[in-house]
Order: sequence, then C-alpha cells, then structure tokens
Amino acid sequence: MRDVAVVSFAYQAVAKEPTRSEVEMIVPVVREAVAASGIDRTEIGFTCSGSLDYLQGGPFAFVSGLDAVGAWPPIRESHVEMDAAWALYEAWVALQTGEVDSALVYGFGKSSTGDLHEIMSLQTDPYYLAPLWPSMVDLAALQARAYLDATGRDEKDLAEVAARSQRNALANPAAVRRGDVDVDALLAAPVTHDPLRDHDIAPITDGAAAVVLAAGDLARSVCARPAWIRAIEHRIEPHSPGVRDLTRSESTRLAAQAAGVGDGPVDVAELHAQFSHEELLLAEALGLGGATAVNPSGGPLAANPVMSTGLVRIGEVARRITAGEATRGVAHASSGPCLQQNLVCVLEGQD
Amino acid sequence: MAETFTAHHVLEYPGGYTRSVGPVIGRFLTALRDGRIEGVRLADGRVLVPPTEYDPVTSQDVAPEGDHWVTLGPAGRVETWTWVREPRPGKHPLDRPFAFALIRPDGADTAMLHAVDCGSPDAITVGMRVAPRWRAERRGHVTDIEAWVPLADGEEPQPAPLRVPAEDEGPVTGIVSPVRLEYDVTAGEATTRYLRGLAEGRIVGARAPSSDDVYAASRGTDPRTGEPTTVEVEVRDTGVVTTFCVVNIPGLSELAPEIPYVSAQILLDGADNTFFGLIRGIPVDEVRMGLRVRAKWADELKPDHTSIEWWEPTGEPDAPYEHYKDYL
Repeated sequence: MRDVAVVSFAYQAVAKEPTRSEVEMIVPVVREAVAASGIDRTEIGFTCSGSLDYLQGGPFAFVSGLDAVGAWPPIRESHVEMDAAWALYEAWVALQTGEVDSALVYGFGKSSTGDLHEIMSLQTDPYYLAPLWPSMVDLAALQARAYLDATGRDEKDLAEVAARSQRNALANPAAVRRGDVDVDALLAAPVTHDPLRDHDIAPITDGAAAVVLAAGDLARSVCARPAWIRAIEHRIEPHSPGVRDLTRSESTRLAAQAAGVGDGPVDVAELHAQFSHEELLLAEALGLGGATAVNPSGGPLAANPVMSTGLVRIGEVARRITAGEATRGVAHASSGPCLQQNLVCVLEGQD
Repeated sequence: MAETFTAHHVLEYPGGYTRSVGPVIGRFLTALRDGRIEGVRLADGRVLVPPTEYDPVTSQDVAPEGDHWVTLGPAGRVETWTWVREPRPGKHPLDRPFAFALIRPDGADTAMLHAVDCGSPDAITVGMRVAPRWRAERRGHVTDIEAWVPLADGEEPQPAPLRVPAEDEGPVTGIVSPVRLEYDVTAGEATTRYLRGLAEGRIVGARAPSSDDVYAASRGTDPRTGEPTTVEVEVRDTGVVTTFCVVNIPGLSELAPEIPYVSAQILLDGADNTFFGLIRGIPVDEVRMGLRVRAKWADELKPDHTSIEWWEPTGEPDAPYEHYKDYL
C-alpha cells in the first residue's frame, strides 16, 4: 500500500445559508484547503466530490460545483452521489494506483432548501418503502427503539450523548447546535419521534468541506505532521430494514475489523452519528473504550452538513493529528437508512 | 448587498414514476391485490417478506414460482415502532397520526415496514399483535393494506373485503409512484446580481480577478480557476452566434415557440463565455455561425429569463471565424 495522508482540511457550516448558492459556499472552503495544502491548484492530480442533486432539486449539482474548483486546463475529476467520505475513498484508490500524487476531495449541500428528512425517503426501496414515505427520522427512530429494547439502555443514555455533543460543540465554530446543557433539561423536552427528542436528531445544516490528500514524500514535504490513512474500509448491509438486525451495526464491526481499529489505542473517534443512539451503537461496533474521545467536535448532532458530514469526520480527526493533539484516531462515515453502509478510516500521526 | 432572490420550486413528474416490478415483487403485489401476504422460503429455511428477487444474505436467486412461496399471517407482531405526529397529506397512508412499525407477519423471519392505526402512541408496544386492514379497492400496491390495526387476545384478523377482478386482469407488472418535493432555492449572490440586471435591461457579468476574462451571467467564480469574481461589469446585448441547432420537435417546453425554431449559443460583445438564446427575425435556414444578433427585450422587464424574448439579426456583416473559434 502506498502511504497517503490528509494534509489539509477546511470546513464551513451554518444552520441556513441565506444568500450564497452551493457553488458560492464551496469556493472559500476549496480555496482554504488548497492554500493550506501547499500544493498549487494546477498540480493537484485528481478531484472528487460528493453531493446529492435531490438536496436542491436540480440536476447535476456536481457539474456547477466544478465552477468553484477551476477546471481549466481540464482536470481529472470524478463524483459520487454519496457523502464525500466516499469521494475520499475513491481519491485514496486513485492515489494507490500511483498515477497521481495528490487529490482534492470536497462535499457540499444545502439541506435547508428542501425537506431533508422527507427527501431521504427516496433513497429507500421504491416498491415497498418509498411509497409509504417513511422519513429518515422515522426510520432512525425504529432503530433507536430496537436498540434500546435490546440493550436495556434508555432515553437518558440518549440525552447524555446529546448533552456531551452540545458541550463539545462549544469550542467548534462550525457547530450550529451547541450549549452547556444538562441531561435533565434535555429530558424535559417532548418526545417528537418516539423514542427520540429533537436533541437526538442532527440539526438541519448547510455547508461544505474540503480535504487535500497527498502521497508519501509529497505529503511529508507540504505538511509537518500529515495524518496518514493507515486503513480505510467500507461495508454495506441489505437494503430492507426488516431483514437487518437493527440492534447492532455488523457492517461497522466488519469494516473496523478489516481496518484494524483494535490494533492500537484510539485517542479520538469522530462518528457519523446523525442520531444519539447511533453514536452508542457505533462505538460498540467499533470496540471503542473509555480512553477514546468520541466526537470531540460535537459530531453530527452539532452540525450535519449532509454530503460533507462523513468527510468532516475524517477532517476533524486529521486536524487533531496534524495539530499534535492526537496520535491515532478513527473516522467513521455512514450512508443509507439506519446506518446501512459504513466506512471506517484509521488515521495516524508519526513523530 | 440587497436581498438575494429565492424561488419556490416543485419537483414533480407528471403522473408519477412508472416502475416495472418484475415477477417476484409482482407476485407479492398480486397477492396483496388478492388480499393475501405471500413470502418466500429461502435456501436456509428462513421465510422472507416482503420478498426480493434474491436472498438478501447470500444473493441467491429467488424463483418467481414454486412451492417455496408461502402465505403468511395475515396477523403479525410489532418488532419496533415510532409515532408520526404530523402525517404528510398525499404521501402517508393515513391522514391522522399513526405509527410506523416493522411488523413480522406470522410465519415470517423478517419484518415489513407499514403503518399501524392505533390512535395514540400509548396504544402500541413492541410485541403487540396486529392485523392488516385491507382496502376494498386494491390495485397491487403496498398500500392495498391501508394500515395495520391492533388485534385483541383471541381475536381473528378481518379477511380482505371481496374484490371483483376486472375481466382482463393479469398479474401485477408495474406500479406508479407519484413523487413531489418542494424547495425554496436561493439564487446566490452572483446570480441575483445578474437577475437584477435583467430587470433593468442590462446583462451583468463579472471579471475574473487574475485575467481579463469576463463572464456574462457569472455564477460567482472564474470557472477556469475557481477564483471568486467580485468585479461586476456590464456586457453588451449584442453578440455573435457561435453554434446553433434547428429544433423540429414540438412541445419541448411550455415556453418553446412553434417549430421549427433556432436555439443558439451567443458570444456577447464584451464577454468571454457564450449565452443561450433563441434566434428569430430570420428564416431558420439562414441562421449561421458568425451571425451578428441583438437581444429583443420584453416590454415588461423582470428579474428572470423572460426579459430577453429572443435574439434577432443586427444586419451587420458576419463575424469572422477567428473571432469565436475559441468558444465552440
């Protein structure tokens, strides 16, 4: 395997972007990540993005997204209609071929434009599920109850995740939900999607994020402490929630095993948990213990810029490694209803 | 800056999406139309409902015919549920608050998602017995079960109301799925400047910061470099046809004129990108590359594309190929 590292990360998020278009949101983020990478824009070997046309209701969002990147002279470019964590995976594979030495990865989306929770119904099975219009929150709530029922945990455990997320988010300028809240106050709020309350559900967020990857010596020459990708794996479960065991995340467990999460201490973990119970379920599947700081950024419960949220997890872990705050970390990204697909990335700094 | 334009957009395909269902899903939906829930027994003995064309664990084919098809329930058990406080009209199966639940029909090893009509979240529990409430008018669709309802101890499920099949009725081969999504789209800052210009009879562009390139109707960046364009410039409402096509297909949009008509890319004077427009005021067979044209502005100017109705010849000599060869 070729050594590949995250050498820069930039990210912006707000609850509702009032004036800028998607392209205008991408521009400063891509420019910041490229500038911080120390690699000239025209030298970047591969560009890959993640976005979702349904968020804006217009076709080919990624084509106009290129206006923010600069595509002349023509560039090597690709796109995934998934969270940009999977765009990073594709870029990592491109770097493994040895054809390119660097890559720009970005994700973007304005969830505030439409009804995100309803839009996500359309990613479900078109014959049996989509005609009933279960929202992404409805589906998550079904998993939440199944999980609580099976584990004996309760809504207080969920509120503890939410409270910690909001407190961690106090230090995160990109957080759209933060506060010094306590569990009792959270539990006083009404249940909105049994057994979930609003604080258990990631806030609607507009945003964009960008990461620059570089291989081997290039990474060492542009970054004092690159965040090396030691492993990146993803696994998917069957489509129908009714055939899955919703009380655990077997795809996360297998991806974590393949990535060797348990082969060393994990200082920090950023998990793509859009709902409180998902963080508990994922931490179990990843085998994380008390020594790991889970979602120190506040995680998706603090800011959920859909199509970037997973990439931001990788960026947040990499940022802490580059800053010398952590040595080994795990980033997780998810896609599909009820954590159907999961990506696990192990990052490490080298002294 | 002044307020950014927003527009309410509706994404909807007229009449809904028509989907072929194939023989396996088709058989399940045909059984629903008959008032029956059918599943399939997989190679390892598990019974899958609703059935798919493949074993979701091993990917082995599931044959559309054979004695591995079994009739299930119709009663079942709630495995997990959530409460929908605000049903979505025209989308959700019920117009009053209800539960979404995963329900395992008796005899099945998997669960199906559906609605439970039980009045209140206090009236549903994990493990509760439920039975389908069938519609009288069934069409081979997952909503042929209107909802599931609680079943008291010892109570038998209600059979599906009798339905007289149409004479030429065959197995279900497809479904129609209406999809409607609504958006409040922000034009963005650069596009708002451009649209505001149209309402004033001007075509606003932007200059790239590191070259002299000017982009008419800029989206806020130099697309060659990705650099933000902030310097606004006005480009002229005259230009040159770079390339065009004669449209002979009627009804492409409500705004399209009578066929045949000409769509063209126009290199505006003072701009370094091309601009889409319709060409009129000249027989279609005389439209050519290099033709000089001018915008025909609408009598009533608005901040949208209707402000320029079409483009018509200026009568000036054609531009030489050299002038526009880099914009093709």
